[in-house]
Amino acid sequence: MTTPAIRCKDLVKHYGDVVAVDGLDLEVRPGECFGLLGPNGAGKTTTVEIFEGLLRPDRGEVEILGQRWERDDRALRDRLGVQLQETRLEEKLSVLETITLFRSFYSSGSEPTEVLRSVGLEEKRNAWVRTLSGGQQQRLSLACALACDPEILFLDEPTTGLDPQSRRQVWDIVLAFRARKRTVLLTTHYMEEAQRLCDRVAIVDRGKIIALGSPAELIEGLGADNVVEVTCDRAPNLEGLTGLQDIQPVDGDAARLRVTAGHLHRAVPEILAALRSQDVELRNLATHQATLEDVFVALTGRHLRDE
Amino acid sequence: MRYSPLVQLSLGKVRGILREPEAIFWVVVFPVLLSVALGIAFRASGPAVLPVAVQDGPGAAELFSALEGDEQLDVALLDDAAAHDALRTGRVAVVVVPGESWTFWYDPTRPESREARLLADNRLQGAAGRVDAHATGVREMTEKGSRYIDFLIPGLLGMNLMGTGMWSIGFSIVNSRQRRILKRLVATPMRRWQYLLSQFIGRLAFLVIEVGVLVGVARLLFDVPLRGSIVLLCGVCTLGAFAFASTGLLVAARPRTIEGVSGLMNLVMMPMWILSGTFFSTERFPEIMQPFVQALPLTALNDALRQVMIEGAGVGQVVGEMAIFGGWGVAAFFAALALFRWR
Repeated sequence: MTTPAIRCKDLVKHYGDVVAVDGLDLEVRPGECFGLLGPNGAGKTTTVEIFEGLLRPDRGEVEILGQRWERDDRALRDRLGVQLQETRLEEKLSVLETITLFRSFYSSGSEPTEVLRSVGLEEKRNAWVRTLSGGQQQRLSLACALACDPEILFLDEPTTGLDPQSRRQVWDIVLAFRARKRTVLLTTHYMEEAQRLCDRVAIVDRGKIIALGSPAELIEGLGADNVVEVTCDRAPNLEGLTGLQDIQPVDGDAARLRVTAGHLHRAVPEILAALRSQDVELRNLATHQATLEDVFVALTGRHLRDE
Repeated sequence: MRYSPLVQLSLGKVRGILREPEAIFWVVVFPVLLSVALGIAFRASGPAVLPVAVQDGPGAAELFSALEGDEQLDVALLDDAAAHDALRTGRVAVVVVPGESWTFWYDPTRPESREARLLADNRLQGAAGRVDAHATGVREMTEKGSRYIDFLIPGLLGMNLMGTGMWSIGFSIVNSRQRRILKRLVATPMRRWQYLLSQFIGRLAFLVIEVGVLVGVARLLFDVPLRGSIVLLCGVCTLGAFAFASTGLLVAARPRTIEGVSGLMNLVMMPMWILSGTFFSTERFPEIMQPFVQALPLTALNDALRQVMIEGAGVGQVVGEMAIFGGWGVAAFFAALALFRWR
């Protein structure tokens, strides 16, 4: 059996009275792209920073590439590429100077100009970091993580705050890295990102893993492919209708219901008929294909993002 | 070279300073402007003419005409209220009140008032017929080294070594901490001492410009001498820069915000601006404060610089001072290492 890229057992981390990570077990296989999906404050960043050797857990075991932190940290760091959530790189260095600086810390790695090409910043090589757009700065940050040609790439919310085009550029870089059979661990609260990039996803809530599997498996676990959302003038009763599963109020509002259904052409007429017989007025009806977001809502009754 | 972390970190530090126009202003331009302004303000311009007043009344006219003949005095005739007002606001140094005996009305804590009183008394006694008991002569000292500017330039150099060392190290470290760059660096295999050392290397790279410009300008504009050896001056400056770079490192070891580190820096530097003999001699402070004043690193650095530049001292004469500020530097460095917050 091959050594897992990342393995942790019963990981616990407190900040004062707050439990950030609450007994987390995880195993990431070499060559897979693994996503920690969860809302803000779920403990994703704390978990990743423990893996990166930046934080020490209160309890639990961590093995990275079969090694433990605090034995030979430098040798281990030499094999890892890290992108932190909030690093704002030095403004008055150029792009090439920045990447050369990071490359110099590692015993081996790629040519800085090569790395810049791979993230599409070769034309900006002499520009100061300050002059880069948000998306370009994020790609430079990725380039710094890739400078050592790492065995594991850690990405903490790599596309938060980026416009859709920049987000796709970041995804392309991660997909290219994954295509080379390298391991990626990323955190995100965008289900679309997890669905697009990850081989497997762990859904994290309040410091615990509440679901684990490939995006397809997790969605399958809902039992149905479609989601219908109805908004009415008062609470309707949809219990007992055939073909409907998992009826839940949205954000605790009984007049807004979220229903998963196997077949829309059967479910929607049933719902409409029920509303008519109960004389409930329909304000809005929307349907979509089930996503990881729906998995999270089904598991927790809450949304990934507070919008 | 290309992938040496120490070289790359030091290059980054130097570039960071060079690309910050404000930093260049404070490191190079400002001390020169300050020395030029103070040098002009305190230039030697011959003996000053002191303003004195005669209070109007019976007999005032005689006193006025007697004093008017003295070229060191500038005499005015004022009534009681105006004379009081002029004395209170310092526009005249002394008021002579005529009468049976002349009364000198002045503030004895003002040196120029004491001097004006003596000059006026001397003049009036002479006019009244006093004969000197013994003949006297004068010889004027014009050799460089005794003027205020000669005292000032080494002090400004010391103060500049302190300020630049503290600001250039302290600000950039806290800035990097605030931007999470330190945390990002710790996630690489970078050796931490190399980062700290690069801060010193980057700082020392500017020492040549800083010291050269200030000493050169002082020499060209004010003829301030450099009597000691240049090598020794460089040694004192380098050790001084190290001492205050270490202090900057210590001050920046923990704060997370620029505001926090600014406050700490002012707290550390303020006593030394006042007490360390940059603008006036430390001998003005009472005896009881002297052990504290003399133990300050800037006092020791200023003394060493003055001795080397103005008095032409050799290593043996400044080794005590160098031990004081060098010791501060070493202590601050190890304290900084122990306290440093990388996240």
